[in-house]
Amino acid sequence: MADSIQMQVTRYAPAPDAVPTVANYDVPLRKDWSILDGLNFVKDHIDGSLSFRWSCRMGICGSCGMNVEGEPQLTCATFLTDYAPGPVRIEPLTNFPIVRDLVVDIDDFMEKLPRVKPWIIRDDDVTVIDGEYLQTPEELEEYKQFSNCINCMLCYAACPIYGLEPDFIGPAAIALAERYDLDSRDRGQRERLDILIEKEGVWGCTFVGECTRVCPKHVDPAGAIQRYKLKAAQENIMAFLLPRSAR
Amino acid sequence: MNEGAAAAHDVLLVGGGAAGLRAAIEIAETNPSLSVAVVSKVYPMRSHTVSAEGGAAGAIAEGDSLDEHAYDTVSGSDWLCDQDAVEAFVQEAPRELLQLEHWGCPWSREPNGRIAVRAFGGMKNMRTWFAADKTGFHMLHSLFQTSLKYADLTRYDEWFVTRLLVDDGRVHGVVAIELMTGRIEVIAAKSVVLCNGGSGKVFPFTTNANICTGDGMALAYRAGAPLKDMEFVQYHPTGLPFTGILITEATRAEGGWLLNKDGYRYLQDYDLGKPEPTPVLRSMELGPRDRLSQAFVHEVEKGRTIESPYGPIVHLDLRHLGAKLIDTKLPMVRELCMKYERIDPVKELIPVRPVVHYMMGGVHTDIDGATPIDGLFAAGETACVTINGANRLGSNSLPECLVFGARAGKAAAEYATSAKQASPAVMRQADDEVRRLEQMRSSDGGHERIADIREEMQSTMEDSAGIFRSGDSLAKGIDQLAELQQRLERVQLYDQTLAFNTELVAALELSNMLDIAETTLHSALQREESRGAHQRTDFTTRDDARFLNHALAYRDSDGSVRIERLPVTITRWPPGERVYGR
Repeated sequence: MADSIQMQVTRYAPAPDAVPTVANYDVPLRKDWSILDGLNFVKDHIDGSLSFRWSCRMGICGSCGMNVEGEPQLTCATFLTDYAPGPVRIEPLTNFPIVRDLVVDIDDFMEKLPRVKPWIIRDDDVTVIDGEYLQTPEELEEYKQFSNCINCMLCYAACPIYGLEPDFIGPAAIALAERYDLDSRDRGQRERLDILIEKEGVWGCTFVGECTRVCPKHVDPAGAIQRYKLKAAQENIMAFLLPRSAR
Repeated sequence: MNEGAAAAHDVLLVGGGAAGLRAAIEIAETNPSLSVAVVSKVYPMRSHTVSAEGGAAGAIAEGDSLDEHAYDTVSGSDWLCDQDAVEAFVQEAPRELLQLEHWGCPWSREPNGRIAVRAFGGMKNMRTWFAADKTGFHMLHSLFQTSLKYADLTRYDEWFVTRLLVDDGRVHGVVAIELMTGRIEVIAAKSVVLCNGGSGKVFPFTTNANICTGDGMALAYRAGAPLKDMEFVQYHPTGLPFTGILITEATRAEGGWLLNKDGYRYLQDYDLGKPEPTPVLRSMELGPRDRLSQAFVHEVEKGRTIESPYGPIVHLDLRHLGAKLIDTKLPMVRELCMKYERIDPVKELIPVRPVVHYMMGGVHTDIDGATPIDGLFAAGETACVTINGANRLGSNSLPECLVFGARAGKAAAEYATSAKQASPAVMRQADDEVRRLEQMRSSDGGHERIADIREEMQSTMEDSAGIFRSGDSLAKGIDQLAELQQRLERVQLYDQTLAFNTELVAALELSNMLDIAETTLHSALQREESRGAHQRTDFTTRDDARFLNHALAYRDSDGSVRIERLPVTITRWPPGERVYGR
């Protein structure tokens, strides 16, 4: 095994007429090193001005998503040796505006997330005094995989629809809506469907399935979208047959 | 109001992890007329709460009691906790965990649908609630998503707070940098709650995330508030070598064994009980973290550990638990081992070693999170109430964030309803801070690298204040830190741009960490005894006559550390022997 690998890293700082460029850095190729370790080597020893987000380095905080050789990845959970002998190309996540170097602007997602009401909605006034809501392990299993979303944005970077239609509410937000819909404690299905049935809701998706493929936590946003389409279709039939008050 | 400030709020929460979000929701629910904001250097769902794995303690099980939870916590703390705080904590923890349940936290369940609890280290009964082994992740996302219900809650995501504005003994807000643009602004507030986590990054080998740089502790300390019990640093006994990634105590609660190089369950040699095939509470692998980490060092000395490229290790054996249990209750452990060690714990031994995990010390507060500065509160790992004393029990920190986050939120809201507006002196302070930051960003002529100073600080801390310390090692470390402080003044930033300048943030974080590191060494030097996580090779026993008290570290005007002592509050449990496994 060679003892170093070249990282080809996107550099960008906002300025009039500024465009992203690529800088090449040689970093040690070590068995245990993730892509993120390589970037930190650059920042600590070669060029302190390189900017990227990272925090937990154990694949749970969702900060360090980037495109590695064109594929959205958590860089803390992707290893340099998998790209040996290199070079390995590191770019900011696609489909988002670049803020700086490898940092992208995810405010669009942060604004969309509350729209799907990702919280428990109830139609009664039960309080903690009444104790816990019973929920069997089977009921928990119903929504568990959808609750594992870490908001890392890899699915938005992989989604061709989001790239073309920025209004599309997107895979992670829909998966989280489904997470609450499937939770036995929740009564908010109706409210969420009203939002997701709109044009920028589930109908934007054409079932490419890239979101599910790139998810590092094995969440299935494509499955969630499919389920919503079914619910929405049923709703449309009901709307055709019955006045709203009778639904 | 507050001329010159970009924004003004009634209550400002610095930090968006479990404590900060719990406080925010508390105020939004009970005092909706107040203007509340959360400022955090990361998006809230990135906060380090996300990494907590094993669980959250709250006595609800049949046969358990609040008194037993309190006693386990008091004895676990080696009697250095404040017992009034512990009594409030154990009382309120179950209600807080239930509240999280109502907010959607996917707690693991019994077949009948009730909340399931598991064993944990140092706990005499099963009382640890868990969401598989991603408890912190699920708690954080439940809190964050619930907080989105409150559309009036203002968030300053990715803003880094650099200074507290304090005048006449009262807080008036903060100065902060918006990372995306680099602009520096004043955020005025009538009360401020510091809940921005711990400072594990002061050490080289830690479970803590990159963001755990003790910012809240440093802000309070520089503003004149004391840091309490900073000498108590928790080493978790089971971290993965190289990365420092935590392998949860829940592995041992579910029946995992710690083995030395001979395959021997070595904890039996350290007054922690006898090896049994199935887990025994408060015994062996379910002893407290301080004692287990100390036992590891003794095994190293006896030559009974295994050499690895990253130093000596022991083995954690989960093979006898089977794939089904591991996949149900410890799925992330398997995922982490496969990803980062390329081993499968179902079939292979996990290499582990002690790793810095948690700061028992922090900003001195009372039972409502209030610091000695009017209007300034703290909660979570940033704070030191203290329920943890000289050693925190696993699964007490998540409920601590909830109980004291809610309490501090309530108290800060109450304070804000009566507080007056800021004085002009505060805006002058803010101007000074803006100038300082701009100068830092643009200065030339330094030659020191941030990474070099940081690495030297970390190795200094490991060498001088590791699992075992001595007067000599601490004194040497103090000298080395003083030198590093001087070198920091000659640091050179390569990034002088505005947008997302992470190098500027790293320099400010390093400065925070150096101040905190100093308080740890000074507090440790003056504590001439061994208690909990503070083990002195030159003072090997506990000395209640001299040291059944807290250390309060103040910053003097010349930057030096001054230590004062504060009595421990004892309500019902007089100091006794810590007994495990017998």
